[in-house]
Amino acid sequence: MKKILIFGATSSIAEHCARIWAARGDKLYLVARNKKKVQTLKDDLKVRGASQITTFCADLNDIEQHGKLISEVSEIMNNIDIVLIAHGTLSNQNMCELNVVETLNEIKSNALSTISLLTLLANRFEAKKNGTICVISSVAGDRGRASNYVYGSAKAMITAFTSGLRQRLYKSNVAIITIKPGYVDTPMTSNFKKGLLWIKPHEVASKIVKAIDRKKSEVYIPVFWWFIMKLIRAIPSGLFKRLKI
Amino acid sequence: MTKISGWGNYPQQETHLIKPSSCLAIHFIIKNEKSLIARGMGRSYGDSANAPKVLQTSNCDRFIEFDVNNGILKAEAGITLREILKVIVSHGWFLPVTPGTSYVTLGGAIASDVHGKNHHIVGTFGQHVKSISIVLGTGEVVTASQVINQDLFHATCGGMGLTGVILSATIQLIPISSSFMTQKTIKVDCIEALCEAFEDNIDSTYSVAWIDCLAKGKNLGRGVLILGEHAQNGDLEINIRDPISIPLSTPSIFLNKVTMKSINNVYWYMAKHNQTQVIPLIPFFYPLDAIRNWNKFFYKSGFLQFQCVIPKTNGITNIKKLLIEISESSEESFLAVLKQFGKVNNNLLSFPTEGYTLALDFNLKKTTLTTLRRLEELIITMNGRIYLTKDAVMQEATFKSTYPQWEVFESVRKKYGAIGKFSSEQSKRLGLA
Repeated sequence: MKKILIFGATSSIAEHCARIWAARGDKLYLVARNKKKVQTLKDDLKVRGASQITTFCADLNDIEQHGKLISEVSEIMNNIDIVLIAHGTLSNQNMCELNVVETLNEIKSNALSTISLLTLLANRFEAKKNGTICVISSVAGDRGRASNYVYGSAKAMITAFTSGLRQRLYKSNVAIITIKPGYVDTPMTSNFKKGLLWIKPHEVASKIVKAIDRKKSEVYIPVFWWFIMKLIRAIPSGLFKRLKI
Repeated sequence: MTKISGWGNYPQQETHLIKPSSCLAIHFIIKNEKSLIARGMGRSYGDSANAPKVLQTSNCDRFIEFDVNNGILKAEAGITLREILKVIVSHGWFLPVTPGTSYVTLGGAIASDVHGKNHHIVGTFGQHVKSISIVLGTGEVVTASQVINQDLFHATCGGMGLTGVILSATIQLIPISSSFMTQKTIKVDCIEALCEAFEDNIDSTYSVAWIDCLAKGKNLGRGVLILGEHAQNGDLEINIRDPISIPLSTPSIFLNKVTMKSINNVYWYMAKHNQTQVIPLIPFFYPLDAIRNWNKFFYKSGFLQFQCVIPKTNGITNIKKLLIEISESSEESFLAVLKQFGKVNNNLLSFPTEGYTLALDFNLKKTTLTTLRRLEELIITMNGRIYLTKDAVMQEATFKSTYPQWEVFESVRKKYGAIGKFSSEQSKRLGLA
């Protein structure tokens, strides 16, 4: 039985991970913004078999509160085994282009708040010398594209940050896992036309849980995105700027 | 716009799919939209969950409460029976009624008032629903049960989603002491013997028969009766694996009378008379769930399932008539299933009535619609009816004469503000407002 802390617990991918852990009888600590939603989630996970569920309501964009939140959480749960950081938004690229505040907000919720949490958690994990921190980045972070470079650059920051953190904490026996999902059919992407490349959140979740079980480093979900992104990154910038992809 | 269709892949429809992220948003959507139909897993065969606007309930799939001691489960309507099984079996509980697939939602099971292999003993799914919470056309959320808003309850169970959108339901489960089933197979070489075997085994909890609808003459209606009981011994572990997928539709060249005949023959000769086996729950109840998209086994153009029920009086003669009609038509049917139904219930559009129910799949060909028309006419003369959940082609007049409570159903819909708010391609075809 593991103790698992989830940030952004009501996000679709996180919820499906939580369902798998609940069925295993793990202890869950859920952080989310919406009180009603997190209560619904708690009831559900209880029926699915979670041995204990504690919820915290917090707006993770409120970075000043992170320190307090982490100490509050650690007070209740000593020895966290796994942390999953899954909160985030899908930026509206057009809005971001027109509005600096919007752009910075997106960077804040998709990158800065995660980095703040990671910094606080990393020090605690480094001291206790075990555990796993899993962060959901995105294939969008592998190369900025015109259609979503604000979201992409925030995710690129997460990817680079976790890559460095992984090296730093390796010697402390702490695993840092970067998850890079492709297109996932969640409420966040409800306005997109779905095609062959799309997968369901429960499929992503089962792969995330597997990656955590095996303490992987960087995981593309599904794995074919590794190949697609290799190709996309191989395109010279002089050519890339002319492409509509 | 998204293209959708029922499990039979026919008819298809371009639709605007609304997929709320949780139950909390549903009443807003209903208040703001003109006309829509709720859709769960899309496992109804025809067009009952097709409409220009469709409310997909896949994200409304949470458990709410499970009273492990008394087997009372409350969950949101979009949860699948499969997800429910993953939780309840290990606690020693099982669904009181289950259809042949676990890939249906709780809400869909209620809206179709589904039946299982134990209908002759326990009735339909709706008869085990303690209460439902439903969003009406006004956006108001009300509770309905056998005690409160009974008229709404009896219209909603079997009401094909036309009374409102079910948010959640509380059901009474049945206790089991093992996750295994004792299965007995009885092989009979004609329809008379099969019906007799049903009568002889009326006390058997689960019973269903596969029949070879391509056999003719003295072998007409030869089949294999499968009986089942929950085993007393064994553990409560349940192994629910993800199914495999068929990548492409079967080329139609492989689907003809000759191949179907050989498949039926192989099944017949493989079956062993009077064999008793102990098998796990999942393959007993859901053999086809092992393949995610077995509907691709049929023509790309789709297939039609025909399921009717006919009264016991003249039952054997009438089944023979239907089988002769089918075997003489140019259709080939892969799977024919016969089962005995018990008593009719109080739900207004619920399908089961006392008698025999026969279900067949037909590949959709040019001739199929004509064949189905002929079967439809035969069913009227036999005082039978056709299952709305399987239907894609029934005519309005047939529906209205074989579902005599349709007017009461309409008056309940009117009372609860459903008229004009909830409609499907099927309800339009059948002349419901």
